Amino acid sequence: MEIAEREILHSKRHFLETRCRVLRLIRAFFEKEGFLEVETPILTAAPAPEVHIRPVPTTTGLFLSTSPELHMKRMLAAGFEKIFQITRSFRAGERGRLHHPEFAILEWYRAGADYKDLQEDCQRLVRFTCRAITPKSGLHFQGMPLDFEGPWERYSVREAVRKFAGWDPGPDPDQDRFDIDMTQKIEKNLGFPAPCILEDYPRSQAALARIKPSEPEVAERFELFWAGIELANGFSELTDPKEQRIRFQSAIEKKEQFEGTRYPLPEAFLTSLEHLHPCAGVALGVDRLVMLLAGTEGIDDVVAFTPEMG
Amino acid sequence: MGSVLTAGDLRKGLKLEIDGDPYLIVDFEFTKPGKGQALYRCRLRNMITGIQFDRTYRSGEKFTAADLEEQDMQFLYSAGETYHFMNMSSFEQIEMPAAVVGDAASFLTENLVVAALLFQGRPIGLTLPNFVELKIVTSAPGIKGDTASGATKPATLETGHVIQVPLFVEEGETVRIDTRTGQYVERVKG
Repeated sequence: MEIAEREILHSKRHFLETRCRVLRLIRAFFEKEGFLEVETPILTAAPAPEVHIRPVPTTTGLFLSTSPELHMKRMLAAGFEKIFQITRSFRAGERGRLHHPEFAILEWYRAGADYKDLQEDCQRLVRFTCRAITPKSGLHFQGMPLDFEGPWERYSVREAVRKFAGWDPGPDPDQDRFDIDMTQKIEKNLGFPAPCILEDYPRSQAALARIKPSEPEVAERFELFWAGIELANGFSELTDPKEQRIRFQSAIEKKEQFEGTRYPLPEAFLTSLEHLHPCAGVALGVDRLVMLLAGTEGIDDVVAFTPEMG
Repeated sequence: MGSVLTAGDLRKGLKLEIDGDPYLIVDFEFTKPGKGQALYRCRLRNMITGIQFDRTYRSGEKFTAADLEEQDMQFLYSAGETYHFMNMSSFEQIEMPAAVVGDAASFLTENLVVAALLFQGRPIGLTLPNFVELKIVTSAPGIKGDTASGATKPATLETGHVIQVPLFVEEGETVRIDTRTGQYVERVKG
């Protein structure tokens, strides 16, 4: 082993100990809440067709899973009620301070619940984990103190875009403007010192979420931000197989244009939707949560091996 | 023509051709909002004018790598605002305007070999060797005995450039200079 690699790994020991404790606390939380820990395939024939998520192909014709979502919802459709898993997901071309092409994802689902219930879950999970792990000196990010006990801020996407970017997104905002303002004007204001819930996304920004019955311009989707960092994304699940098929077909067309690959429709998932009752699910980036709790500023620090280390 | 790149290739240190000029990516950030598209935020510096600006690119955008190469060039002579060099591999003579030579002129002497940076075959900058040896042509005599205090005095080099040297360095002597800092390093026994 190269000396440089020994030093890199050794320098991360403290962060990796925090990671280990966070993983154990997450499992303890879901055990306490009566969830079943499940495992679903990483190799999959038909990843969820989402316009801006690019799967990693393999030589077998299968893809590495971009998220455990479709398989977990198939379990819900079969009658499982509270399930969670911690697994690895893969997304081609994502590499940055907060992105690895292979990353740890925590995903959980509750039958009979909606996105508001899962916002409560997020709050309980983060508080449970933080209480056990926070040093006496408290949590900080880039020198700013973080808090998790105080009230969490809450914005609708429309309020946040108006307040921080000065325009009204409506039901179908221009994708470039929405994405650029979200990353460069809005996200950095969210979640200081306590986490923040951003909810009710424009209808066009939620491929697998249910439309809000009382406000049909938006979908029942939320994201959790802390210290300007997106930690989790959840929604009341779309359970209408016809609507879901239309959304997938549209994404498949767009992906064929952008990527030159025609992805298959996830037929087994669409069939299972016939039996899916109202439910909600959320995915949380484990690497980013560990990063904040370890007091560091990039997820490279909280994994033993970065993508470039081979 | 440089090779064709996609947004996924962008990273700090990469050199691109934009609107006919070479640019260096001096800062780079990959971001991706929730279910949104990948965004590649670059701080770009024009390698000719030095002007910097930020630009955000999206997946699917295509780029041309800047057609840059480094060539060893020997300095021959300067005439007015023009510096004449010889390409050490092709033996062709090329001219560089004073604006491209820049501060390097302070340490440029006949026959010195420098690394010239060429964009589409046209010189846009040069890098001196890290150390050069130059003769002191004028300097006031130092005060005897005061060699340990670190006191310095101005000295004019054969190129006309003035640097600070220790008091014991005398006219006619040769000194070694670090071209990266522009500072005296040591006296060279001639």
